[in-house]
Amino acid sequence: MRFYLYKLSMFGLTLFIVSLMIFFVFQLLPGNPAQIILGLDADEQQIHYLEQELGLDKSAIVRYIDWMAGIFQGDLGESLRYQVPVSDVLAERIPVTTSIAIFSMVLTVIVGIPLGILIARMNGKRIAVFLSMFTQLGISIPSFWFGFMLILLFSVTLNWVTSFEYVAWSEDFFGALQAHLLPSLAIAISNIAVVIRYLRNTILDQNKMDYVRTATCKGLSERAVLYGHVLRNACIPIITIIGLITADTLGGSIIIENVFALPGLGSLLIQSITSRDFPLVQSMVLYIAAIVLVIHFVVDLLYKFIDPRIRQGR
Amino acid sequence: MRSNRLPLYIGLTFVGSLFVMMLIGVFYTPYDPNAMDATNRLALPSATHLFGTDNFGRDIFSRVMEGTKTAFFIGTTAVSIGLFFGFLFGAFAGYFGGWIDEILMRFIDAMLAFPGILLAIMLVAVFEPGIKNTVIALGVMSVPAFARIIRSTFIQYKSYDFVKASIAKGGSALHIMLKHILPNALSPIFVAASLSFSGSVLAESGLSYLGLGVQPPDPSWGRMLKEAQPYIATAPWYVVIVGVVITVLVLGFNLLSDGMRDIHDKRV
Repeated sequence: MRFYLYKLSMFGLTLFIVSLMIFFVFQLLPGNPAQIILGLDADEQQIHYLEQELGLDKSAIVRYIDWMAGIFQGDLGESLRYQVPVSDVLAERIPVTTSIAIFSMVLTVIVGIPLGILIARMNGKRIAVFLSMFTQLGISIPSFWFGFMLILLFSVTLNWVTSFEYVAWSEDFFGALQAHLLPSLAIAISNIAVVIRYLRNTILDQNKMDYVRTATCKGLSERAVLYGHVLRNACIPIITIIGLITADTLGGSIIIENVFALPGLGSLLIQSITSRDFPLVQSMVLYIAAIVLVIHFVVDLLYKFIDPRIRQGR
Repeated sequence: MRSNRLPLYIGLTFVGSLFVMMLIGVFYTPYDPNAMDATNRLALPSATHLFGTDNFGRDIFSRVMEGTKTAFFIGTTAVSIGLFFGFLFGAFAGYFGGWIDEILMRFIDAMLAFPGILLAIMLVAVFEPGIKNTVIALGVMSVPAFARIIRSTFIQYKSYDFVKASIAKGGSALHIMLKHILPNALSPIFVAASLSFSGSVLAESGLSYLGLGVQPPDPSWGRMLKEAQPYIATAPWYVVIVGVVITVLVLGFNLLSDGMRDIHDKRV
């Protein structure tokens, strides 16, 4: 119980620091924010009105408290460009990003884990060095450029994908599959490489353990040792890496949505920056960071759930 | 077992050849990187234009050469900023431990809550895009990685006898940190710096692609990709070549980092 309370308070504290950091950065906007948002040709009246709306006549502490109080009531402020509550704008965009992110995660897991196991089993062979360098390539490719390459291959050359219109799963399953596949793959490529490398290293580390020697001496086949013993012990590192990758997937989505013109959070973020819709940007950044913190928190709790040694505090 | 040096050599070759390209680019480029030629737009790679020409008829090879300067400049400065502040955070947190560690690490955790290039995007959005702010944003973004590496080496060495001896002799904390622990922490720092260099180059290309990084007239590979995107069907080589160059530099530094870690691990 004490463990959960500690973790929960650390989660709360980090979230608080994150919100302060974001708020602080947006306070640093050089010049008058209302002027910056409205542009140089805005008249006095408009600027004065926006200053009031942004609460610029109040102190920074009051504004921070107002912002936080609003967030806890589900009120993220009002978007300047759309003239509607930020929460309404986000509600339209979140399902798109979530759907792409989940699909990308599924791709990462179903491709990365089997390949990681395969490459671990090839360890010591000459080919392993090349495979390892090949996974480095996956990490080094700019994801948005990989997106271009997918478009070049599947759309321009092969003409298999003819439209990049976003389709929700509920509308048309195969249409949605087509709409999700390329962007998700572009996000997944570096994550797949990371999972492969990490899993391979974990398995090789575990292979040096005494229990593996015992199991082998007992006469178990290599397969049985791997699936029955090594992979079970590799569970915790795998969950760690998948937690980290979930955050990277969200981060990757910010760029990739702009490549494929998907109506998600990432494209909204960039549009809002370009149109200087700072209240929307500020709340969106906090929202994305909060999701990442929740993921880290859940991963922390999962450890305890999976590994009885941690559960009993040993 | 002899460690495999192949990744290290390939990394050195990749980084080295682009570095040489940058040095040559300071004195000589085949064409003026900004000279437009309306009669020769989107030309295929040929003997006269090695990488072809872009939508304004500018020589892509010369522009790629020009871009190496930006890439190395951004990488070096971002790594320096990240290393400096990462060292401050990591060394103090690791050396003193206790509540100082707790507070500093909460800040690092908070910075890690911004996935991918979100932190850089936020900073650049507020402070106007451009080469200077891109460098600062990417530097800030690389602080957590350095801080964590340096913290863990400091925690490790703090318990060693030579450090305890220096404490007993009355060495100041700063003296112990810089004279005794830092020299031992150098190889993990080099590994992290190389990794952070490639991360910065990758992040810069993403930021510039989004229009939030390097602004014209400063040359940038990321912005070249942004300009190339509409011509993906008509001039695919433009997109392909620029992306390959970015990948070569990033891969070079990643392999370098891998190779150095391998040597370090074997030695320990």
